[in-house]
Amino acid sequence: MLYNIGVTTDIIVYEEIIMAETITAISTALGEGGIGIVRVSGPSSKDVMRILMNNRIENIEARHAYLGKVYNSDNSVIDEAIFIFYASPASYTGEDMLEIQAHGSNISLKEILNRVLDCGVKDIRMADPGEFTKIAFMNGKMDLSQAEAVIDIIKAKTDLSLEIAEGQREGRLGAAIKEIRDNLLNVLAEMAVNIDYPDEDIEQYEYDGLINKLRWVLSDVDQLLDTASIGRIAREGIKIAIVGKPNVGKSSLMNALLGEGRVIVTDIPGTTRDTVEETASLGGIPIVLVDTAGLRETDDKVEKIGIQRTEHAIAAADMIMLVIDGSKEIEDEDDEILNYIGNINGDSIIVVINKSDLGNKVDENKVIEKMPGATVVTTSLVGKDVIESARKVSEVIGNKIDTGYIKTGNNNIVSNERHIKMLKNADMNINESIEMLQNGDPIEVAELSARYAYDNLGQIIGEDVGEDVINAVFSKFCLGK
Amino acid sequence: MKKQDIQIYDVIVIGAGHAACEAGLIASRMGMNTVMFCTDIDSVAMMPCNPSIGGTGKGHLVKEIDALGGQMGINTDKTFIQSKMLNTSKGAAVHSSRAQADKHRYHEEMLTTINNQQGLELKVEEITDLILDRRDNISAENSATVNGVITANGNEYYSKAVIICTGTFLGGKIFIGDNVKVSGPADLTPSTELSKNLYSLGLPLRRFKTGTPARMLRDSLDYSKMKEQKGDEKIVPFSFMNEGKKYDIDQISCWLSYTNEETHKIILDNIEKSAMYSGNIVGVGPRYCPSIEDKVSRFRDRKRHQLFVEPEGLDTDWMYIQGMSSSLPENVQHDFYSTIPGLENATIVKPAYAIEYDCIDPTSLKPSLESKLINNLFCAGQFNGSSGYEEAASQGLIAGINAVRKIREENPLVLRRDQSYIGVLIDDLVTKGTNEPYRIMTSRAEYRLLLRQDNADRRLTGIGYEYGSVSEERYRKYIEKKEKVDREIERLKHKGTDRNTFYELLKRPEFSYDDLAEFDDETRPELTETEKTEVEVEIKYEGYIRKQIIEVEKLKKLEEKILSEDIDYNSIGGLRLEARQKLSKIRPITLGQASRISGVSPADINVLLIWLEKERRNKNTCS
Repeated sequence: MLYNIGVTTDIIVYEEIIMAETITAISTALGEGGIGIVRVSGPSSKDVMRILMNNRIENIEARHAYLGKVYNSDNSVIDEAIFIFYASPASYTGEDMLEIQAHGSNISLKEILNRVLDCGVKDIRMADPGEFTKIAFMNGKMDLSQAEAVIDIIKAKTDLSLEIAEGQREGRLGAAIKEIRDNLLNVLAEMAVNIDYPDEDIEQYEYDGLINKLRWVLSDVDQLLDTASIGRIAREGIKIAIVGKPNVGKSSLMNALLGEGRVIVTDIPGTTRDTVEETASLGGIPIVLVDTAGLRETDDKVEKIGIQRTEHAIAAADMIMLVIDGSKEIEDEDDEILNYIGNINGDSIIVVINKSDLGNKVDENKVIEKMPGATVVTTSLVGKDVIESARKVSEVIGNKIDTGYIKTGNNNIVSNERHIKMLKNADMNINESIEMLQNGDPIEVAELSARYAYDNLGQIIGEDVGEDVINAVFSKFCLGK
Repeated sequence: MKKQDIQIYDVIVIGAGHAACEAGLIASRMGMNTVMFCTDIDSVAMMPCNPSIGGTGKGHLVKEIDALGGQMGINTDKTFIQSKMLNTSKGAAVHSSRAQADKHRYHEEMLTTINNQQGLELKVEEITDLILDRRDNISAENSATVNGVITANGNEYYSKAVIICTGTFLGGKIFIGDNVKVSGPADLTPSTELSKNLYSLGLPLRRFKTGTPARMLRDSLDYSKMKEQKGDEKIVPFSFMNEGKKYDIDQISCWLSYTNEETHKIILDNIEKSAMYSGNIVGVGPRYCPSIEDKVSRFRDRKRHQLFVEPEGLDTDWMYIQGMSSSLPENVQHDFYSTIPGLENATIVKPAYAIEYDCIDPTSLKPSLESKLINNLFCAGQFNGSSGYEEAASQGLIAGINAVRKIREENPLVLRRDQSYIGVLIDDLVTKGTNEPYRIMTSRAEYRLLLRQDNADRRLTGIGYEYGSVSEERYRKYIEKKEKVDREIERLKHKGTDRNTFYELLKRPEFSYDDLAEFDDETRPELTETEKTEVEVEIKYEGYIRKQIIEVEKLKKLEEKILSEDIDYNSIGGLRLEARQKLSKIRPITLGQASRISGVSPADINVLLIWLEKERRNKNTCS
């Protein structure tokens, strides 16, 4: 039996609401050189192009390659790029589409993407994993035999982003978001209890109090957003300490990364006996690689200095790359290092299990157990395997930078554009809620905006509102007949 | 026992509480030959707990029941003794009506309504078992169809559909301190055999618990020590049929008092004597309805808790002590109640008690409230794990409508979350299930600004008419009101002062619709309170309402994708294991419902979307 879901209500609709959303994403793999593409699909595609090119093209022709500058809102230039507009239905997704082909540097692609998201057209958002392909399939752009492949693409991409979200929940960003969310939840509970229990003997909320509490939450969100500038990473670079006991292949790894071509040596600021630093660039992001001495406990005075330097390097690093000799069982010295860095958050640790050409005696799971959130990669740094290994490691570094929450010096940086967008949405919604309260709008209207903000923050760590507000109401307040 | 005559009906309703009354009335009004069974005539529309109808969220439910052709609003309007609009200091979306009910008169009024209803019979007989027809084994999933009931006297009644609304009667057990007895609420006969038999049919039953405070004699209380709580001067009726009607009644007051540290000390000193703490009660109680011992021990820093003394009716001396439910022994109750100002010399006519009862895991129900296990068996009310008269009545109405539609082989009425609180209530129950007796709250509704009391008819009466539950008379009245409101909104766009239209003025927070009267001319129409509210709200909050409609439109895309009942989720590659298990258990009817199941991720929804599209194209190429 068919269920009729389309029962209609007579709610007054003031004007026709155009529902279709426009989506966007960087659609080339990260860290790959040459050209990178930002894709836009949906009804606002043409407007995006017009805005980004500062209205320099009168009549945009479909399937025509326009060379032009990508302008920021302040008229500064982000990059030079080729814009191609595809008119529906003759496009990959079947919708109106825009492709912006720019230089492959991560930074400029991310800046273009952020510009697209903030350019002011209606209903634009980051694409979900595999969404371009999904739309293409739904619009009949692919035949039936490709359906399984489409599912696989969505699944693979989603699994990756789920993994990232899992990591976030445990990681530093997760902790920061959770704290903000908890504070916001308290305000929400206060609003909700007053709406649902007007008769109860509860301290009546005052708009001023709520506004103040929301402002606190807002300032926390803003603080995170302040660090979200991509430019900052560009200026300060990311420092990666390579640690491990002697002879596990730290230097080979460093050389492989430097020599493999994707990471380019740009400067040699100085070497010391105990740590070697190299500055390089990965997909446009400056990277400082620090090769360190061991951490073995010793009475030897000279060695002690070396250990101290290593400890400093670890403390100053934004990311740690631990190298283990995979052809041997884990030794005490490995354990010492594992224990030493074990209290550092896993989201900034990469474990390289090296010498896979000589067999593998190290259990990955055991390593992960000790450092939850860390990413493990297996390498071999001899012969022709070097290039492939270096590629794997730089991809992992790139992913960490792209998806993670990086600590540079004393600052934390939100570096993932989806997270930045969610933070901006949360910021907007909290602001709106404050504004409504200031206007004297009804509490239940202001509460809705605050609730949307709570949801925005939850999406960063993969959690939805669910019964959170109701649970908070019952745990905080004494209610009931 | 000797078998009696066999009798045949279209619809059988087990129970006579708030769910059962709505179910029985609507089924018979939709033309079905219907019978209701109760164990005691006093249980008809009985209010075993608080003497009030409505409240936050609940008032919305009553308006929605009314808009769909139900009875609760009409009978409350006939019998209420005090009327109040809650949350008037807030926006119109959360304005909630609440009436103090006259328990006895409400019961009498409903009994009269039932007796006067053509095609509806009420019988006092305990139902002990269902009669199943296992021959029509068409679908593998549902192995049986219900086609009747057996009574304790051995009578058999046959029907095309059965609706279970057993409330707290099923396997009922009452606790007062150490004292435990098998009983329904208010000492009425419980239903004991039936739950055993339902259990053996494979229905997933479990135990829930709830409680009610003491009743006291009116003249034994000292009202000078309590604060009077009067009703509103302006009375807004529940039923849209009574709109504009003038109510000239003497409203009865309620009284406010507080516990104190002495009360708390007595409770804490005796806490181990409470049935809740001794471990006698296994059922799960609701968080929003804690006993006084629970409140005192959980919130130890609170110096006082408030309580309301509410009259149970005009013809009774009983007063209900709201806020003070308990399962402590009678003597302890006496001690702590007498520490409260105004209650020092109170005569307790009925002590507070806790009640435990059998109910079903509502995730075993379809959104139509039909059982997934037994065809044509519908379930409603407290039996489904909800709590509250209004929640029960809402489900009873929907179960009644859908039983009729099932018999007629028509599609069921499934209300969406953006259309009604009833939709939120049922969707929560059947999709997410509940671990405690479920109460509606405005916080549960995502589309709160759309789901207002004033526009309940606009949201639902048209639907009810289409689905057969709304009478011609109600529908005509609704159309008139709707046109009147629409015309007035349009008029306000064109009239105004020299500088602004009224429409623009109404958008400002400081102007109400009534304020405009002195600037208006003879074209200003006579509007009822509800109509005024609707006009005002639709204009004032246009921006916010529109924002919510955009959210709804996004959701609707998923709600329009239908998932058929026989999908084998295990055969769909790409779904995660947890999603397969949850989808197989809940069997959502739309992709929207699937997306609300915990454990089903957005990626799983995308996989289902692709799969559905694949199936659609496959079908097109085959035919």
